Amino acid sequence: MKELYESQRAMRHMRKAAMQRGVIAILDVGTSKIACLILRFDGAERFRDSEGVGSMAGQSSFRVIGAATTRSRGVAFGEVSAMPETERAIRTAVQAAQKMANVRVDHVIACLSGARPRSYGLDGAVDLTETMVSDADIGRVLAACDVPEYGAEREVLHAQPINFALDHRSGLADPRGQSGNRLTTDMHLLTVEAAAVRNLIHCIKRCDLDVAGLASGAYVSGVSSLVEDEQELGAACIDMGGGTTSLSIFLKKHMIHAETVRMGGDHVTGDISMGLQIPMATAERIKTFYGGVIATGMDDREQIEIGGDTGDWEHDRRTVSRAELIGIMRPRVEETLEEVRLRLDAAGFEYLPSQQIVLTGGASQIPGLDGLASRILGQQVRLGRPLRVQGLPQAATGPAFSASVGLALFAAHPQDEWWDFEVPADTYPARSLRRAMKWFKDNW
Amino acid sequence: MRPLIRRAPILDPAPSRWRYRVHRLMLTPLFRAFLKVGVPAFLIVFIAGAWLSSAENRGRLTDGLADLRAQIEQRPEFTVRLMAIDGAEDALREEIRAVLPYDFPLSSFDIDLEEARATVAALNAVESATIRIRPGGILQVDVTPRVPVAVWRGHDGLKLIDLDGRFVAPLPARAERADLPLVAGDGARDVVGEALDLIAAAGPLQGDIRGLVRMGERRWDIVLASGQRLLLPEDRPRQALERIIALDQARDMLSRDVTVVDMRNAARPVLRLTDSAADGLRQVRGLETQ
Repeated sequence: MKELYESQRAMRHMRKAAMQRGVIAILDVGTSKIACLILRFDGAERFRDSEGVGSMAGQSSFRVIGAATTRSRGVAFGEVSAMPETERAIRTAVQAAQKMANVRVDHVIACLSGARPRSYGLDGAVDLTETMVSDADIGRVLAACDVPEYGAEREVLHAQPINFALDHRSGLADPRGQSGNRLTTDMHLLTVEAAAVRNLIHCIKRCDLDVAGLASGAYVSGVSSLVEDEQELGAACIDMGGGTTSLSIFLKKHMIHAETVRMGGDHVTGDISMGLQIPMATAERIKTFYGGVIATGMDDREQIEIGGDTGDWEHDRRTVSRAELIGIMRPRVEETLEEVRLRLDAAGFEYLPSQQIVLTGGASQIPGLDGLASRILGQQVRLGRPLRVQGLPQAATGPAFSASVGLALFAAHPQDEWWDFEVPADTYPARSLRRAMKWFKDNW
Repeated sequence: MRPLIRRAPILDPAPSRWRYRVHRLMLTPLFRAFLKVGVPAFLIVFIAGAWLSSAENRGRLTDGLADLRAQIEQRPEFTVRLMAIDGAEDALREEIRAVLPYDFPLSSFDIDLEEARATVAALNAVESATIRIRPGGILQVDVTPRVPVAVWRGHDGLKLIDLDGRFVAPLPARAERADLPLVAGDGARDVVGEALDLIAAAGPLQGDIRGLVRMGERRWDIVLASGQRLLLPEDRPRQALERIIALDQARDMLSRDVTVVDMRNAARPVLRLTDSAADGLRQVRGLETQ
């Protein structure tokens, strides 16, 4: 646990340094596209002196000054599969964004959409030495959480305290300064495969960039596409990406669960390609132009030219009706959503006070998806788009960019993590020194 | 599986590793500043230094510069052809021409106006001078000459002096400037104004005055044409002179056998008689006493 603590703290310091310099890059390495946003932290909010929520919920502290997208290569299921290819794709995106921003970035915050995340609910309890809860007590209670055996080849990505309870009072957002005897906490621990993280970090390092933060793709797309009351009352964000469909459950403005289904839009494209015997590029094009999940009578009559360049006239003049296309796409989308349903059930989503489901991500743009999803996932389904942030180009405001925008929000306002609190000094000299200090304080 | 060894170059939108690095380097502000300012500055200094390091080149450069300068200086716009002197008499004009020995035509760059002005202003007869080059290539010298107010007699002859006691010009003969009063004696030049005052106050005696002599650098003697001396006190000499005039007018004092009228002690004016007059007086007194 110690080295994780250190490495995460190092990342936090790097993030702070980047904020000091005012420029930071956001890198969303997905299966179908790689997006790079360059943020400049120079808004009026930075110099705001009053308390409270600023304009635009505080995100006006930054401005997007560069944005670039490139087709992703060498990434499968949100994980790096061919490293040189991925590195080149990242280089393309970063260079284009830098060119647009006309500024050099050295720090990057990246998100992982695959890597098989697993959520753990942790709890810890300590008896308070003094009547009032201090910062040190928070650190102590977080350290007292018993960490489960999550496996050797896994790494902690998020460890966020989501609830504090003091004696019998639960649901405290901030227990500091309150008096009580026993402080307990609930913590959400998200682990991912260490190899995926290492590969991604290595790719980024090969591009001469420093990693100033890592976040789960499921978490950040929830941050950007769920509105405040959904986050408060309980909602699930389903980010339907190219290779993975990640889902995150929010309650009381904290993520309490995250998971990934290793199926996404690319599988739909693959099905079309196989079913109609056309290349992947054509299949992708047909999917985006004519795709859908609910067939109507009109769709039987709409013929789509699927083409080809074999030279065989019969083969090259093939057409397919839109209903056939929908017939290929629908089972795969249904399968994905059913898998999501299973994961939601396993996580106990039905016990939340509100069961809002928000679909976002590139694959959520299939027409009719909300109707299909409400049949499988429940009545409260809506399509989500990311929050609007200052300076974001129009082309990057679609649902495919909810993870990128969420990452930008995450960079501006990171959630409290375990490693943000001081570790309790458990070595003897420090404790004796503190006791000496306490003696002085009591007696003088 | 795609071939791991690339055999033919495929079209790749991605920048190569080095191109990416160079792009990032070019976006570094410090490096850009270095490239924009440092490198040109270094190149200029280096090339100039390399070229100047050979003596032949340096000589060529200085020769070229001198040549260029000479070309500009010798343009007709900068030529001075003659000197015009205003405000001076003929003698002074000659003198100024003598001290400014310019050999016209001349480039205006070769004339040091400040030095020339100082030279002209240093002349005795010149109170102040301004020199400028007028359009049309004329060296214009404007002179304010000193005005002589008195003739001063020193050991080495007669000189004209102005109100401040400065020499204006030597005077060959007193008769040339008979209109100016004559002053003499140590320290007389410092108080020319006082002497002029006394002469103005002399009134009816004015025609008789030969000159004024400063005695002991503190008081004046007036020497009359008849050889009589009027010894004036240090303070209030004018009143003493007026007293003498009054005495003269009342008693015809100065037409008598008096050589010296001593007014130094205001309470007791003293007359010195000529020897014959004194003898006569003594005889008269002897007769009376006998």
